[in-house]
Amino acid sequence: MKATTNERAVEVKGLTKSFGNHLALGGIDFIVEPGKTLAIFGPNGAGKTTLIKILASIMKPTAGEVFINGLDLNHNAEDIRSQIGIVSHQTFLYGNLTAYENLLFYCRMYDVADFKQRILQVVSMVGMQYRLHDRIGTLSRGMQQRLSIARCLLHKPSIVLLDEPETGLDQQATSMLWGALREDGAKKRTIIFTSHSLERGLNACDDLIILNRGKIAHRQPSMDLGLAGLKKAYQNCTGAGDENPE
Amino acid sequence: MKTLNKALVIAWKDILSETRTKEIISSVLIFAILVIVIFNFAFSGSQQTMISLAPGILWVTFAFAGVLSLNRAFIQEKDDDCLEGLMVCPVSRETIYLGKMLGSLFFMLFIEAIVLPVFALLFNVNVISLPLITITVLTTIGFVAVGTLFSALAVNTKAREMVLPILFFPIVTPIIISAVSASGLALGGESWGSITYWLGIIAAFDVIFLVVSYLVFSFVIEE
Repeated sequence: MKATTNERAVEVKGLTKSFGNHLALGGIDFIVEPGKTLAIFGPNGAGKTTLIKILASIMKPTAGEVFINGLDLNHNAEDIRSQIGIVSHQTFLYGNLTAYENLLFYCRMYDVADFKQRILQVVSMVGMQYRLHDRIGTLSRGMQQRLSIARCLLHKPSIVLLDEPETGLDQQATSMLWGALREDGAKKRTIIFTSHSLERGLNACDDLIILNRGKIAHRQPSMDLGLAGLKKAYQNCTGAGDENPE
Repeated sequence: MKTLNKALVIAWKDILSETRTKEIISSVLIFAILVIVIFNFAFSGSQQTMISLAPGILWVTFAFAGVLSLNRAFIQEKDDDCLEGLMVCPVSRETIYLGKMLGSLFFMLFIEAIVLPVFALLFNVNVISLPLITITVLTTIGFVAVGTLFSALAVNTKAREMVLPILFFPIVTPIIISAVSASGLALGGESWGSITYWLGIIAAFDVIFLVVSYLVFSFVIEE
């Protein structure tokens, strides 16, 4: 995970976040090179979602610095937001509006040029072109999650943040998710994702970190670690002797 | 200009969503008309008495209806888990405030445009006049400026329906007093000159609370 400053897609230095007396993140440091995929593993409450929310500028850190594509998140949040896409537990889609209206809304917010064509392109990527004019509230959780991926890709972000993106997706849709994220556009995307599935996470990433109680307990390039090794490292880091990560 | 464009996009989204559910318009409209009907039964008297009571009744109705409407401003974002979706868009927090405020302003003005003729009919007073419409629009801007901020604050609390009125009414009391006084003068057929004093207070309230709410909104929404 080493890179020179101008090669870094994401650089996090001493990132700390506390909620009252509770320390959610305690001095996190990591670097992600452009085009690389970083997986973040950890048990519930480890700080994964908090980290993603800070990177997405939804939440402000208590201390520390975040640089996205060389821009300081504290001073360039709006510019940074135009360069990132996020898929979360929540779909960020309005239940009363149709899929098309939702995507149109986000196209306008992100100043997407040629939006009609782009909407058709992204819904085709996620296989939802036949439900484009249905209200979100009438779609299944998995379908909504597919549209959430389409929403995330609308503005061709160079960095994608995924917080347990496979929520509600079946096997086929999970494969489609990674395909869509990697195939859309000529340039390879930088991806940071959290997952509870060690196997799927390991297959998708270049580098990985294991978070525990707000701190990085383990970091390693994925190629240096098999699934058995990752499971062992996970259990050592989290003390989850009786926990069975997938 | 970009801020206004994006704010209008957010307002468009809220209006489009409301056209599907009609949650705000139908419930608030029914509430406002019921209040007017109840007051109409409760008070009777000469035309002069009605003119002196009408401003108070009108603004009590608008104030309570306004709280109901403003309560919904962020509930849809919360219910659909979309507030964070807005927050990751490449716009400032202030733009989100402006967009939500414009949406709420549209709903309030729409409701008032229907309620005013009903009020005129039941109380037999001439409320469809330029001075009264000016007072109504200016006061509603102040209402919505404060209400949108407090609605964002209240939406994360458990007793949000209670929290908003408790925060909202003490702050908007000066503008309600000014609106009642100005409306009384307008209904009494007074000239623009005598209303200007109260209009000045209402306009000052609008400017102060629009600027303050616009500036502090990011703190409210982020933590």
